[in-house]
Amino acid sequence: MSAKRKAVAEFLGFTLLRIALVLVLAAIVILLWDIVRKGGGTLTWAFVSQLPRRGMTEGGILPAILGTVLVTAVTAFLAIPMGMFTAIYLNEYARPSRLTRIIRLAIRNLSGVPSIVYGLFGVILFVNLMKFGTSILSAGLTLGLMTLPWTITASEEALKTIPNSYREGSLALGATKWQAIRTNVLPYALPGMLTGTVLGLARAAGETAPIMFTGAAFSLPFLPHSIKDPFMALPYHLYIMATQHHDLAKARPLAYGTALVLLLLVLGMNTVVAVVRARLRRKRRS
Amino acid sequence: MKSQARNDRHDSGRARRIRESAIRGFFFLNGIAAVLILAGIFLLLATSAVPAFREVRIGEFLTSAIWDPTSPTKPFYGILSQIASTLLVTVTAMLIAVPVGLGVAGYLSDVAHWRVREIVKPVVEILAAIPSVVVGFLGLVLLGPALAKLTGQSNGLNALNGSILLAIMSLPTIVSISEDSLNAVPVTYSEASLALGGSRWQTLIRVKIPAALSGIIAAVMLGMGRAIGETMTVLMATGNARAFPHGLLDSVRTMTSNIAVELGEVPYFTTHYYALFAIGLVLFVMTFAVNMIADVVLRKYQERER
Repeated sequence: MSAKRKAVAEFLGFTLLRIALVLVLAAIVILLWDIVRKGGGTLTWAFVSQLPRRGMTEGGILPAILGTVLVTAVTAFLAIPMGMFTAIYLNEYARPSRLTRIIRLAIRNLSGVPSIVYGLFGVILFVNLMKFGTSILSAGLTLGLMTLPWTITASEEALKTIPNSYREGSLALGATKWQAIRTNVLPYALPGMLTGTVLGLARAAGETAPIMFTGAAFSLPFLPHSIKDPFMALPYHLYIMATQHHDLAKARPLAYGTALVLLLLVLGMNTVVAVVRARLRRKRRS
Repeated sequence: MKSQARNDRHDSGRARRIRESAIRGFFFLNGIAAVLILAGIFLLLATSAVPAFREVRIGEFLTSAIWDPTSPTKPFYGILSQIASTLLVTVTAMLIAVPVGLGVAGYLSDVAHWRVREIVKPVVEILAAIPSVVVGFLGLVLLGPALAKLTGQSNGLNALNGSILLAIMSLPTIVSISEDSLNAVPVTYSEASLALGGSRWQTLIRVKIPAALSGIIAAVMLGMGRAIGETMTVLMATGNARAFPHGLLDSVRTMTSNIAVELGEVPYFTTHYYALFAIGLVLFVMTFAVNMIADVVLRKYQERER
């Protein structure tokens, strides 16, 4: 191949790669822009602070926002401590063995289980067997199980960044293993563990399939009183407003508004994590 | 903290050992829970699926294309159309996502200035953060009408719509894992190729991509696993017609969307109810298999790297 043809081939090839990138970036911009543009008009203080009115064609989405916050709190209650403890076991205690390999394999497979399958599991275990009914509790626990593999992985990543010399220094002074972990590992790993788990929670907050049958309700004109109550949630509310509402044309602006609030919530959590992480990294360097 | 440390030191060795192993045991229990949860999901799904097969033969369930559980005369429980629909949207999504994703990965690893890379990578990650219900909503209100205009169909809610959305959703996985494996190709490979007079493009296409192939395959499998199990996107964007799909412009109902559509309406503890759990079990087994393949491929590749 002549040098010139080679240069042309390279130019064309790299152009293809650039086109691929432009396609992806265009998709992202179009997705976000459409929601912001058409949802922006609906997004007022009244929209996020009022109850729905007139068969959800007017009023706000306060119950859905509150429901998503409550269910995510239950999710955090299960997934954060359990994820951290499992990560501590895997990174600090577990030796390379067949059992450790099986545990790691199970975690990777858990993260691949479809969200609707978690929903089915939640219906059997929490709604029926444990008799929690369709409630914030059932939905939160279902989401918690789904989030667990993410919080484990994120916590372990944070533990891995702590140099071994920290542990060895403590052990050399006569500390037990747990003392070394408690005083010389966890305090330094904790910020990283928490930021990672918040990312998992953000994903859980946006999930619909696992909560559809474990507690999310079509429409409730009041706020939930306890965690044994069904609830409205932002992602499920968006699904309802987009497909199940009796007057789809009237509901469309509210659907866009709901999509925007959900997007702001999820991307907001992601942005906070990114900022905190950047700050942590700078602190570690100095 | 200090006084506690002093107390610890004053403990007898035995008490200390017992406490240490209790703590270790506690963390071990958390570790083993992951295995129990996975096994529990399989077992509970299986026990809820089994009653369906008192009335429906397994062979018929998997090979019949007719799903009509509410028929007043004779209900049919065949999920072949749903399996075919799932495969149709998943495979089409991969046909779109793999070239585009690999292109972006190649651009990031071999062409882009590091400043561009620092900006583009987190932007692509945004896609992973967008909730699937929002993506499905845009399929309904944005992509659907656009496709309708292009094809002359009434609403554009079809397999193609779902495939495009699933492709967008699996891009972050494919881009990031492919880019990692392209970057993991030893520099000596590229240097040898460049020294022999290969251009950077030739080096990427003929040396780096083949060398990174197992990582790329693993990325595709993981993206596919996500696409098979994705619910809200296909539920909202593909129109949910029950018939066997004959093309990309047909409205389809995947296994996931069938569960989502019907579980809310079905009376508990009927054959129909159990059959929906049987679909869930099939879904679990399929994604499990895809993820295991990805795992084996990735593992092999990491071992070779070492």
